[in-house]
Formats: sequence, structure tokens, C-alpha cells
Amino acid sequence: MELNGGQALIKSLEMEGVEVMFGLPGGAILPVYDPIIDSPIRHILVRHEQGAGHMAEGYAQATGRPGVAMVTSGPAATNIVTPLCDAYMDSVPIVVITGQVGTAAIGTDAFQECDTTGITMPVTKHNWLVTEAQDIPRVVREAFHVATTGRPGPVLIDVPKDITDPKNPRSAMEWYWPESVDLPGYKPTVRGHPRMIREAARLICQAERPIIYAGGGILKANATASLVELAELTGIHVVTTLMGRGGFPDGNPLCLGMPGMHGNYTAVTSMQRSDLLVTLGARFDDRVTGKVSAFAPDAKVIHVDIDPAELGKVRRPDVPIVGDVRLVIEELVKAVRELGGRGAQADRAAWDAQLADWQRRHPLVDEQPDDGSVLKPQFVIETLRDATPDDTIVVSGVGQHQMWASQYWRFDNPRTWINSGGLGTMGFGVPAAVGAKVGRPDRMVWAIDGDGCFQMTAQELVTAASERIPIKVAILNNAYLGMVRQWQELFYEERYSEVYLSPDLPNYAMWAEAMGCEGFRVDTADDVLPTIEKANSIDDRPVVIDFRVDYKEKVYPMVPAGGSNDDIILDPSMGQGGH
Amino acid sequence: MADAKPVHHTLSVLVENKAGVLTRVAGLFARRGFNIYSLAVAPTDDERFSRITIVVDVESAPLEQVQKQLFKLINVVKITELAPDEAVERELMLVTVSAEPGTRGQVIELVQVFEGSIVDVGHDAVTVMLAGASDKLDDFEELMRAYGIVELQRTGRVALPKLERQAPRLRSVSGKVG
Ligand SMILES: Cc1ncc(C[n+]2csc(CCOP(=O)(O)OP(=O)(O)O)c2C)c(N)n1
Ligand SMILES: [Mg+2]
Repeated sequence: MELNGGQALIKSLEMEGVEVMFGLPGGAILPVYDPIIDSPIRHILVRHEQGAGHMAEGYAQATGRPGVAMVTSGPAATNIVTPLCDAYMDSVPIVVITGQVGTAAIGTDAFQECDTTGITMPVTKHNWLVTEAQDIPRVVREAFHVATTGRPGPVLIDVPKDITDPKNPRSAMEWYWPESVDLPGYKPTVRGHPRMIREAARLICQAERPIIYAGGGILKANATASLVELAELTGIHVVTTLMGRGGFPDGNPLCLGMPGMHGNYTAVTSMQRSDLLVTLGARFDDRVTGKVSAFAPDAKVIHVDIDPAELGKVRRPDVPIVGDVRLVIEELVKAVRELGGRGAQADRAAWDAQLADWQRRHPLVDEQPDDGSVLKPQFVIETLRDATPDDTIVVSGVGQHQMWASQYWRFDNPRTWINSGGLGTMGFGVPAAVGAKVGRPDRMVWAIDGDGCFQMTAQELVTAASERIPIKVAILNNAYLGMVRQWQELFYEERYSEVYLSPDLPNYAMWAEAMGCEGFRVDTADDVLPTIEKANSIDDRPVVIDFRVDYKEKVYPMVPAGGSNDDIILDPSMGQGGH
Repeated sequence: MADAKPVHHTLSVLVENKAGVLTRVAGLFARRGFNIYSLAVAPTDDERFSRITIVVDVESAPLEQVQKQLFKLINVVKITELAPDEAVERELMLVTVSAEPGTRGQVIELVQVFEGSIVDVGHDAVTVMLAGASDKLDDFEELMRAYGIVELQRTGRVALPKLERQAPRLRSVSGKVG
């Protein structure tokens, strides 16, 4: 069957099982947009290419399937660099297709030419510049394979116009679909080394103060059920990182919540005092370790990751295990059982009592004053949490609101928390929520966003309204770039430089209405629940609620940047002082 | 230790012969903050692959991390670390040296001592080719400075594993390769 390159590209996506793609056309990609009209693939027309990239990420994180975005050359390609980098940092499988000027024009500074593969090389797992129409199915097959196997990540395919344009003879190709991929330099290891697994099981049984340090890899590998089994078998408590929230249910008594710079006291301190960190799909990020040389000084480390380069990158493991974290946990469970299971565990009564005592003495604290003088952001999140179904998907921007959402939400299901952890991309929230809702139309999707973040990508609510994607957005409007304000307050002697945004400009409710959404504004604690309930009842268009929250509120606990986790600061206003 | 020589390691990296592969390798070193001391690229006997020989300054990063990150590149097929005493390493130098009639004899004599050859002759300069281990080239370069180096070009190291270690049976013939 003879096809042109544009048809072959769309057909290849169909062969990969793509149901939806996010994008915006332009000159160089025009011939690929034409066959979309006849394809069962749903295309969602975004208002800015950054939105397409984050939607693909939100879709991928909510569903576990690769997200697809397609844009034109030049400025469109550069617009999607931020989502590529975001996906690279958070290991999110997305496939981005960019148009390119014709092969003969490459290198001539042609109109809307840019060196897309050159620019995106450092922020993709791999990228391809396709120069022959005949190569298209093979490259698409390779791209999906690379994006979704091993450590997942973003890939990019750059497609010059002459190989897709039916008017150009170079676009002619004979259709085929490759049975398999041939990448001699790419063979991810998925099975852990049996001797290392036995050694890990031995350390687990002997440890007196073990902690399971569970990261985003748990979600990528769909390892939640195995992790619960391992934790319950051994009785070991679990901390879940910002990327790992929901990978182990918060409702499980063994869950200690989030560690790190804004982690809770018990999660942070239990790692510090532990004698064994069972590290599962986590990467010793600086936001978790604080000062590395002072991090968990007495702990031996078991480190399981599918990416061998993570083992020993920051902290030298005593037992390194390369493999798919779900398969490795399953083997670990067997190995622990062989050693005697629960009965073979060291006596940890003292440690468990210590953890319980820390939890009792240092819970997360917040207080909504009765006099109604201010609205506390934590109160808004708690009310929202209690008024929405358990499997609601929560998506956030980056800043204080993100930390409060991670701290105060109760994540009992995997893939219910979607945020930008590694890159910390303001503006991630709204488009990622759109992508998540497209992937999971059966779920309620709430974006918890900052006023600053919202202004970066709010236009994608137009996309959501016109495509009838009914996401809900809670803006925690503190009139500030709050997280930056917090640092200026604490570390720059309250010298506030360029962080004030104004609560009323823009008028968020009116802006929402102008974008085809329902818009509300909430000033008082009494209005919080009724407005959320109103929002929950609307299912035919997006909803935005502008919550006017206390601008003075800060995120606690906090480990100052570069400091040791031993120097964790608790909320001073709660009269507990430092530690 | 202050004036100790930097620690160098040689990595022999087999890569797929695809457009942009050198950029991927060089870019990885740049963005991970690893230092390249020298680099040489050449085709292999199999046209699908090329070999990049990289000498890494391992004070900039642990060698293990460099290798692991390199191996993550999809086009990198195989990495062999060539420790200095387990590899044959050679480098080629072309150097144009001032050689006035009065000093020309001395230059020629040194070239002979170093087993180099003169590949071009001008009125007051000669161009010398010298192949050998890198420190031999360093020594020669140092000696030539006294006469005046006009231009100098070195290729960077290429290396292969020593045969003795890999295949003991070949020991009997290895005398030839020395
Ligand atoms: C694209 C981008 N620019 C700048 C920053 C730095 N930054 C981190 S948090 C933050 C403030 C975010 O403000 P807002 O969305 O209002 O959230 P808040 O902290 O007030 O909850 C800024 C500017 C960033 N993370 N991303
Ligand atoms: Mg704000």
C-alpha cells in the first residue's frame, strides 16, 4: 500500500494505540494534519504549545499510557521545550512530534527553521530527525518503545515537510509496520540480580530502624500493590516523596507521608535516624536529602532503580539493584518470606514507638481562625479533600500551594497526584489537569493552583471549555508569588522584591467566565464548602474558584536550602519552636 | 598531591554510526560537568558502528557515573574501559619546527632518536610526524620548544585492549606486536 509520509505518521500512531493527541498546526506540519480528519484519533487543539506538552504529561501520568503532542517547527518546537524538560526530570513518557522545514532547506536559516533535535537533545531520552518517508513507521515504533520502557521519558520526532507533503515525490512510501525494534544500544535491565535481592532481604530482616523510601518509580512501575505487601510483611514504615505520593496509601498505618524540604517531622526525622533505607524508585533528590553529607548518617542503603546511573549518583548504596521496581519488590517479598517473613524481623518495638511518639508530638499543624478574619489555604485544601471522591485526581502548580496540597491531601490511590517535581514548572497545573481529565474522564479532576502559576497557562481553559473537558480549578490566591515571598521573608530580611501580584488584577472569576468556564470567588471560611459543592455539581464545563487566602501563611515544616535535615524548622506560630 | 598528574582514563565507546551521535556524546559530557581530555572518532570494520576513544579527566566525576550516563545514550552500544596498563595506547603528532641551517642537524637527530619521520621540508622549518604513547609525544614536544614550534597538531589517543589479558593463547604471537 502506497502512502505519503503524513498518512504514514498518523497510521503509525494508530498502530501504537494512540487515542488522543494534543497539538496546534502550522506550516511545516500541515501535511500531517490533513490525514487527522480521517483518523479515529481525537485531536485536542491547544492555545499554546506548552499546553500541549503538559497535557500529554498529565494524560500519561493519569493513565500510565504515553501522551502524544504534535506541533509545527521553529517557535512551536521551542514552545514545547519546557514540557520536554519537565517530562525528562520526572520520567514521564511523552512522544512529541515536530514539523521541520524540508530536508533541502535544513541548515539555510529557512523560515521557521530551528535546530529542534539539537535544542532538545539534553531534555529528551532520545530524539530523531527523520529524513526519509520510508523510515517513519520504524522511527515511530522506536520512539514509543524508548519512551515507555526502562526509565520512562520524553522523546521527540522531528519530521521535515518534504517527506510528508503529498505534492512532493519524496513523501511517497510503501506502508509497513515493523514487528520489533532493533536498537542494539538499548536493552533495559528489568530483573533484579538474585544475589543482591537475597542480600537486601537479609539487611531488611536485621535492621532495627528501617524505613522504606518510596519514590515516583513506584507509580511508573505500577508497584503499589507489591509495595503494600512488602511493607505489611515486614512491618516497615514508608515515606512517599513528592513524586511518589499515592504510590503507598496515606491511609495505611505504615505510611509516614512526605519527607524532604517541606516534609513532615516524622518522615524527615525517621530517615535521618534510620539504620536502613530501602530505597525504591527514588533518586536522593536534593529536596529530599538536604545537605547530602549530613543525610541519614547511620543508614545502610538498598537502592532499587531501573536506571543504573541513579545507583551511586548521590549516595553510594550498600546493595544496588538494577531492575523494574515492581518485579524487584515481588522477588524481595519472596526472599524475605524464605528468611522467615514477619517472624524473622529484628525487634523494632522501640523504633515503632519512637515513630508514633514523633507523629503524636509533631503533627502537621494549621488553624482556621473562627473570627473569619482570614482564610487559611490549608483549610481550603482540607475542605476540598473531604468534599471530593477518594479517587479524585489532584494536579498542582508549583509553589506554596503545591506543598500544602501534597501535605494535606490524603492520597489513597496511585496516579491521583500529578505535579511538576523535578523541574518545578509554574503553569504546569491547568494544562496537566486537562490532560489528566482527557485520560480519565470517569474521575473528578481538581487543579490546585497558585495565582502566579494560573496566569502562566490559564488560556488552556479555553481549550478545556471548547472541548468540553470539565476540569475544576482552585486558585489559592494569596496575591503573591508566595513561595518566593516566603524565602524573602525568611532569608532576605523581609525585603520583598518583585513578588506582589495583586488579588484583584486580573479578576479571576470574570476571566474564567470569559474563557467559557464557571467562575466563583470565595472570601470567607463559611463560603468554602458550599462553593466547592456547587463546583462539584457542574459537569458540562470547567469551573474556577478564586479563593482569597491569607498571604502571610508559610509552608512548614521547612529545611532551609542546603541545610541538614536535622535543622528542620517547625511552624513558629504554633509555639513549638525549632527543634 | 598538589602537583600530581591528573588521573586520566580511556574509554573505548562503540556507537551506532548515526547522524549526531558525536554531539550526543560531547553534549552529555558538557551538561553533566565531565571533562574530556582528548577524543578521537573513527569508523570500525563494521560500517554500522563507529568507535569513539575518549580520555576522561576523572577528577571531574567518578568514572563509574560517566560510564553509566554514557551508556544511557540510545546510540551507545558498548563501553570498554581501558586502564593504562591493560591497553595499548597511541597518539599521532604533526609538528612544524623551526630548523635554520645551524640547528637543522640537531632537530633531525632528535627525530631519529624518537623514531619519528620528517614529512615536509621548507627553507627554515621541517614538519615532523611522530606516533607513540602520549608521554613520549609530550617529551618530544618539550624538546622541540627550544627550537621553536611553528604549528602543532595532535590527534588524541586511540587505544585497544592488550591481547595478553584478553586471550592468553595469543601470548606466543604477541611478541610481534610488542
Ligand atoms: C516557570 C517558573 N518561573 C519561576 C519559578 C520560581 N517560583 C517558584 S514558586 C514561585 C511562586 C509561585 O507563585 P504562585 O503560583 O502564586 O504560588 P504560591 O507560592 O503563592 O502558592 C515562583 C516564582 C518557577 N518555579 N517556575
Ligand atoms: Mg500565590
